[in-house]
Amino acid sequence: MSASTETVLLGHGSGGQMMKRIIDDVFLAAYGSPELAAGNDAGVATLPPTGRIALSTDSFVVTPHTFPGGDIGRLAVCGTVNDVATSGAHVRYLSCGFILEEGFPLADLRRICASMAATAREAGVAIITGDTKVVERGSADGIYINTAGVGEVPEGIELSGSSCTPGDVVLVSGTLGDHGIAIMSQREGLAFSTEITSDAAPLNHLIAAVLEAAPHTRCFRDPTRGGLASTLNEFASASHVMIEVDEERVPVRPDVQAACAMLGYDPLQVANEGKMVAVVPADEAEAALAAMRDARYGEQAAIIGTVHELAEDALPSVRVRTPWGATRVLDMLVGEQLPRIC
Amino acid sequence: MSATAAIDFSVFRDPERVRGLVERIGRLAGEREINLMEVCGTHTMSIGRYGFRSILPRNLHLLSGPGCPVCVTANRDIDHAVALARHEGVIIATFGDMVRVSGSTSSLAAEKAQGRDVRVVYSPLDALDIAAAHPEQHVVFMGVGFETTAPAIAACILEAEARDLANFSVFCVHKLTPAALAAIAADPKTRIDGFILPGHVSTIIGLEPYEFLVREHQTPGVVCGFEPVDILAGVERLVELIVAGTPRIENAYPRGVAREGNPHARALIDQVFELADATWRGLGELPASGLAIRPTYARFDARRRLDVAVEPTVEPAGCRCGDVLRGRIAPSACPLFGRVCTPQNPVGPCMVSSEGSCAAHYRYRD
Repeated sequence: MSASTETVLLGHGSGGQMMKRIIDDVFLAAYGSPELAAGNDAGVATLPPTGRIALSTDSFVVTPHTFPGGDIGRLAVCGTVNDVATSGAHVRYLSCGFILEEGFPLADLRRICASMAATAREAGVAIITGDTKVVERGSADGIYINTAGVGEVPEGIELSGSSCTPGDVVLVSGTLGDHGIAIMSQREGLAFSTEITSDAAPLNHLIAAVLEAAPHTRCFRDPTRGGLASTLNEFASASHVMIEVDEERVPVRPDVQAACAMLGYDPLQVANEGKMVAVVPADEAEAALAAMRDARYGEQAAIIGTVHELAEDALPSVRVRTPWGATRVLDMLVGEQLPRIC
Repeated sequence: MSATAAIDFSVFRDPERVRGLVERIGRLAGEREINLMEVCGTHTMSIGRYGFRSILPRNLHLLSGPGCPVCVTANRDIDHAVALARHEGVIIATFGDMVRVSGSTSSLAAEKAQGRDVRVVYSPLDALDIAAAHPEQHVVFMGVGFETTAPAIAACILEAEARDLANFSVFCVHKLTPAALAAIAADPKTRIDGFILPGHVSTIIGLEPYEFLVREHQTPGVVCGFEPVDILAGVERLVELIVAGTPRIENAYPRGVAREGNPHARALIDQVFELADATWRGLGELPASGLAIRPTYARFDARRRLDVAVEPTVEPAGCRCGDVLRGRIAPSACPLFGRVCTPQNPVGPCMVSSEGSCAAHYRYRD
């Protein structure tokens, strides 16, 4: 069988020789961490003794598996790295679990693993343990990936979405909606030609830079599914505040704006995979903005809003101020806007 | 996208122009109570997104009429679609919002969760590809909408004929905008002073089909585009016509709409469809207000092809979508609004579709 026609077989998940071979040939070859190479059931590694760890897990089922600007492998690393990093932790290690459909081309698996390895290197994290299951054809859509990540939280860092305080400033690290629209443009029947690419990127270095410049940062969150609308509504509820967004200052690519207009979407509700929202005290806002803009993936960062005290009897909310001075409520999406985008 | 990129939209979003228009509309309207109605879901959404209700004078009321195709689809038709989905070997393809809206006891989404094959498509032509890929199954496209989508469905049926697809049909519940306007203009319980006429529908039908509003009801109407300046410029002209007492049908969206509309698209509609009575949620059965597939194309008509038993119709108790669609009450005046009926748990269709008046009012509430 030639390399290009090899596919995943049920035996690759059997626990026997075939499984050993796929681990050695595909996963170890790609990730190459000493902890993984040791071949134990658990990867053993050390964390500096601050006594606090951040742990997060995420599963990835996006279709198509490869899209402009990334693939499911890059997404699987970025998603978890970014989730762990929002706590202010230094992200160190990842686990990686695959659910593969019988018949999935091994060449695709190799490519996805190489993409994961490259993204992990970029983020400075090691993949130190993994698992593989193979299910019968028709029981899964090619490949599903779960990753979990762990990092240590430095002394004195207490970030929480419940810490937003009236007077604080809201920043976003770049243009919104790119990922959701990039995936959409690849879907069957929606072949409108755009140059929009997914923004999938590891943002742990950007977060570290912002924390250094703005040490009293209240919180970070990556506005993935549900977009900025969900993130800010979560902050508003948790902190019992009103957040006002200045629509004119929110960075959105013109082609994303146009695609949203055509599809009836609000770019503030479309998913991102390489953007970070930060809430910082007003007197650290300019420093945080400068740090974001200096960091990779943060060149188009902007200050987009402010945190306000709730009026008496008012419920926590997010409001958008339009360029002509009107306001409207920005709600969370109710259901799914686009299925399986991450 | 390239066509959109070529137009500079900033002029239609210019904050100074918007503020100037709002000011002039306020001066024109004075103290007078004015009811305007838009009959296009995209207008409903845009007015909410632009926050116009928060800056226009309080005595200028913007009501949302029957402009959302999902909202005006009768329970009976949704039940029929559910019955089709339950039919052995059938794949249902339709637009997203149609899947979520409940009929009497079920919805297409609920049927999908039960294992029926229901697919969301973005173009009716996608449904043809599904049919070609599954020759052993029968693909039914549920065609909802107004004059804007009808030509695409007609083209799709002609394409199915050209490709000789034997396993494709359309469940047609298309409706015609002027018929709904006529019903509302004639409703003694509703007082509409002027209509914000739909930009998209008018690209197809042109201006002539609205002239009866002036002839029979002395009510003006202005065709509007969708950018902030488009809508407000139309509203300004409408208020001007109302205050002057000179009802006319005018076009404030000349870059999108020609007076005679699009004769090619209308010819396509006419080739495939014929006028039929249709039941509208909220408006009831209106004569010659819908489209049915002509007998020549009977083999692409799901109503003729598949004989299914449709369950007895049950209307949701307490839901006043009908009154909302007629402009008799604002969404917030419905006792269910925001309490029992929310976008998470919609009772009526106006809360289901993102273009529904209740959903838009809930989403962009003050």
